[in-house]
Amino acid sequence: MQTSWIPFIPESASTVSGKVDALYFYLSGVTAFFTLLISGVLIFFVVKYRRRTAFEIPRPIAGSLKLETLWSVIPFIIAMSMFAWGAQLYFENSRSPRNANEVYVVGKQWMWKIQHSTGQREINELHVPAGKKIKLIMTSEDTIHDFFIPAFRIKADVLPGKYTTQWFEATKPGTYHLFCAEYCGMNHSGMIGSVIVMQPTDFDNWLSGNASQQSPAVAGQQLFQSLGCVSCHGANGEGGRGPALVGLFGSRVFLNGGQTVTADEAYIRESIENPSAKVVSGFNPIMPTFQGQVTPEQLIQIMSYIKSLQVSGPPAPSTAAPASRAEASPAGATATPLLNRK
Amino acid sequence: MAEGVAIKHEASQAALQHHFENMEQQREASALGMWVFLVTELMFFGGMFLAYTLYRTKFPAAFASASNHLDLTLGMVNTIVLILSSFTMALAVYSSQVGKRRNQIVCLVLTIVLGLTFLGIKAVEYYDKYEDHLIPGQLIPGRPFKPEVQEPGTPYDKHKLHLLPGATLKNVEMFFWIYFAMTGMHALHMIIGVGVLSVILFFSWRGRYGPEYHNPVEISGLYWHFVDIIWIFLFPLLYLLGRHLEHM
Amino acid sequence: MKAFETFETPAAARVNYINAQYGLKSWLLTKDHKRIALLYLGSISFFFLVGGVYAMLIRLELLTPQGDLLSSATYNKVFTQHGIIMIFFFLIPSIPATLGNFLVPMMIGAKDLAFPRINLLSWYIYLLGGIVTIYALLAGGVDTGWTFYVPYSTTFSNSYVIAAGLGIFISGFSSILTGLNFIVTIHTMRAPGMTWFRLPLFIWAHYATSLVMILGTPVVAITILLLAFERLTHVGIFDPANGGDPVLFQHLFWFYSHPAVYIMVLPSMGVVSELIANFSRKNIFGYRFVAFSSLAIAVFGFLVWGHHLFVASQSVYAGMVFSFLSFAVAIPSAIKVFNWTATLYKGSISYDTPMLYALGFIGLFTVGGMTGLFLASLAIDVHVSDTYFIVAHFHYIMVGGALFGYLGGLHYWWPKISGRMYPEGWGRFSALVIFVGFNLTFLPQFVAGYLGMPRRYHAYPPEFQVFNVLSSAGASILGFGLLIPAIYLVWSMRYGKHAEANPWHLPGLEWRTASPPPTENFLTTPIVTWEAYEFAPPEEMQVIGKMREEAVSSEQ
Repeated sequence: MQTSWIPFIPESASTVSGKVDALYFYLSGVTAFFTLLISGVLIFFVVKYRRRTAFEIPRPIAGSLKLETLWSVIPFIIAMSMFAWGAQLYFENSRSPRNANEVYVVGKQWMWKIQHSTGQREINELHVPAGKKIKLIMTSEDTIHDFFIPAFRIKADVLPGKYTTQWFEATKPGTYHLFCAEYCGMNHSGMIGSVIVMQPTDFDNWLSGNASQQSPAVAGQQLFQSLGCVSCHGANGEGGRGPALVGLFGSRVFLNGGQTVTADEAYIRESIENPSAKVVSGFNPIMPTFQGQVTPEQLIQIMSYIKSLQVSGPPAPSTAAPASRAEASPAGATATPLLNRK
Repeated sequence: MAEGVAIKHEASQAALQHHFENMEQQREASALGMWVFLVTELMFFGGMFLAYTLYRTKFPAAFASASNHLDLTLGMVNTIVLILSSFTMALAVYSSQVGKRRNQIVCLVLTIVLGLTFLGIKAVEYYDKYEDHLIPGQLIPGRPFKPEVQEPGTPYDKHKLHLLPGATLKNVEMFFWIYFAMTGMHALHMIIGVGVLSVILFFSWRGRYGPEYHNPVEISGLYWHFVDIIWIFLFPLLYLLGRHLEHM
Repeated sequence: MKAFETFETPAAARVNYINAQYGLKSWLLTKDHKRIALLYLGSISFFFLVGGVYAMLIRLELLTPQGDLLSSATYNKVFTQHGIIMIFFFLIPSIPATLGNFLVPMMIGAKDLAFPRINLLSWYIYLLGGIVTIYALLAGGVDTGWTFYVPYSTTFSNSYVIAAGLGIFISGFSSILTGLNFIVTIHTMRAPGMTWFRLPLFIWAHYATSLVMILGTPVVAITILLLAFERLTHVGIFDPANGGDPVLFQHLFWFYSHPAVYIMVLPSMGVVSELIANFSRKNIFGYRFVAFSSLAIAVFGFLVWGHHLFVASQSVYAGMVFSFLSFAVAIPSAIKVFNWTATLYKGSISYDTPMLYALGFIGLFTVGGMTGLFLASLAIDVHVSDTYFIVAHFHYIMVGGALFGYLGGLHYWWPKISGRMYPEGWGRFSALVIFVGFNLTFLPQFVAGYLGMPRRYHAYPPEFQVFNVLSSAGASILGFGLLIPAIYLVWSMRYGKHAEANPWHLPGLEWRTASPPPTENFLTTPIVTWEAYEFAPPEEMQVIGKMREEAVSSEQ
């Protein structure tokens, strides 16, 4: 929806922003209608039935069940239409796409630390290509923050000890505001930055222009060695006394006690910090907790290492190769290993 | 005899506050007031019960380990003490309704003594936790939470914390935090209850309560039973749940 | 000749609750609900002034985008303290503790509330809570936002969180005791003939409010207590380092703090029901619908707290349930608005100051309520939560709703409370100024919010400046408008025209006793034989009206 001509609407630069605006217009219209209706009727009555003599007493009207029902049911129907539209859109937006480029975000007082899956790090800036789905995996090192990009109409809290995700697909190159929207202390209003949307080719240039640092998956592999995970989970995550990690991410896991769980970010994090909470069927709860021993950033690195352990591919993650990644995207090659586990 | 009746009638008239129409209205108001207050209390404890439920589900092993460290015998004795005290309290209310002043005083004294017994036993338990370095965080300056953990294979030591597989000390500390918050709040209510009953005892010594006027005894009784009921929920939640995991 | 049967004192022995006793002690130890209401009136006015000064500082700071007037640390304290003072020490006690305290017993024909001593105790508790909070402000202030979100408040803030929390904890008990007193009084102390469906809607609204007070307040009390202990012991149940969940705090906090909005606005709705019916001399359209909608709002109010957590990592399905329920709670509010409007139909509408506030309330509450639907709507809430859109929305409810109802009610019952009339011309003028100033302050904030300006920002990108300048200009008009009634109401206590027992010529019980009323409210227990808002049958009224008009003209 083209909305740039409408006043008081922020720039619309993602695939969802136009849909949110459409709903917003609907609600604004209903609000304006009812506000004008009620004020109009109110003013009309107040003028028409003004007191003319000091002691007049109008005839009482007790009420009318018909009218009452009418103005209970009509607002209810309108409210339900708003609910259904809003919920449907929210549901649609809350499901992260599987084939998105992942970007890791760590909030801390008062800055945003961002790392691309290819290794590039940024602070308070996020470069993304237009027309690609970007998934943000976010956590906080201290208090609660909130990653808010008004032009994309997205926002999600960034919590300590937890991962939250949100995604977007930018449609228009440009520079947009990035705000912290959850009060986080003294310099809360300084915890801002910009999201720079580029044409895919420009973005690839930007990526290669930034000397690619070690990718999070490689760093995660090193942590996997140094923290001693290898002794139970195997040198390449093939398993041993602990369950195998190859192909784990996105699969269904059977637990002791008969439940099953999907191995998502939250599950992996929980299994590192509180290993006994969900023990894989057939294994003993022997793993010590790593709560407090790995920083949120290290946790992200370990997680992206575990994600990189796919059945088909070689266990060692490829070091940043922006060009090849860009080529791979249309084929959906990154998506296939994630599906059809177990 | 006639004089006694007159005095009683006068006493109940004196007890009627000026803004009530009659004793019946006053009695109704005070009873309803106490019930409403108890609803408030229920919500107050409700917040803590919610926190307990959430974290017990999240950290079952740690909660079971910590729960096993509590002294079941003392907890059991305390439960019996409290149930007995509720019984004597009910008798005290009954005695005042039928106008048996001596029974009323005896029962009130018994209730207070049982209440104090409960608090005494609770204090012993708290001291045990202090000894075992189980007071969470920095609550007691200079004595942070730092229990000794029983190593597998070593002989059983009741002062050491026996961690079930998967339990972490951090989460055990969380259990004790909740334990102290809930039982502490309950103990505070017991102390207030004992205080209230002492005042009631004083007036009942002076012969203020009889068949015609006994709302204060009744509503104190309601409060006392409520505090007991809270314990009836605390005891299984804190002491019993997860005990079987010890022997798995 | 009087239209309505009265239970008034003979004029000769005109001893009222104000002159019954003299001296400071007679006020500080009073058990009279009317005097306690005045004690509350004085103290909440003080806190309103303090909160107002903070509001002015906020608006001054936001005139320019750079954040140049105050440091960001100071600004954070200013908005936090504005919120704490206004919510816990002004809005929550405003109508219930002053107008409610004064009028609940009088409107049901009782001599006092059921527990006069507890009533006085509640004022002292409120005052103690206030003093502790003021101490926290003077000692260095608190900067967590009024929502006290963990782990910022437990671990990262270096301000006086415990003292401020303790102040709120203490004052919570005053609100619990007020609610308890109202519930018991309404249940047990209604005058003979005062059946449930003869109760004025003000009473129904207070009954519903009291339910929220007794069910919600203890939850926030324990939450704040746990927070304080967590801060004290450096370990606790909300701390993620311990495996705790900071979002649990938000659930517990909003379980109270969302219904708390209804503590603020329900009594105001009660006042508006009175004003609309009485100033149009009509019984309220659909009395039972309006009465039960108050209860429905109170009950539903407890089921919607999760709509504050749509972006706080709550599950998608929980979000949908809370969104649905939040839309559902809008229906009883809509019913009220329609019924008030329908009440005016073929009425005899006067333009007295209280009525102007009531009409303003309906308009502003409609905007406030409808914009609430934007926030209940999941996809929009994701964009506007924690922006100025929310700030604008809740000020429409709390100022446009609660404050307008409070001011309307204060003017309406002022003759009864003080025994004096306020100057009508000034009253109408200031109501108009307040209405204009209010809209100018908060309408632009909706726009700034949708454009993406986050709340609690000390400095902001320059493109939002135009809205902030408008808002600050409006705030100065609003502040000026609020000063006028403050001045003339105080002035009228000494110099105002003496009020008759029933200056508005209304049937309610409170108007059937002297102004100001005697300590016992009624010399004989009133016996109620009429319905609520039953203006005399028209034939009779015409006769009475003619006689009064003749009497007035013969005097001249």
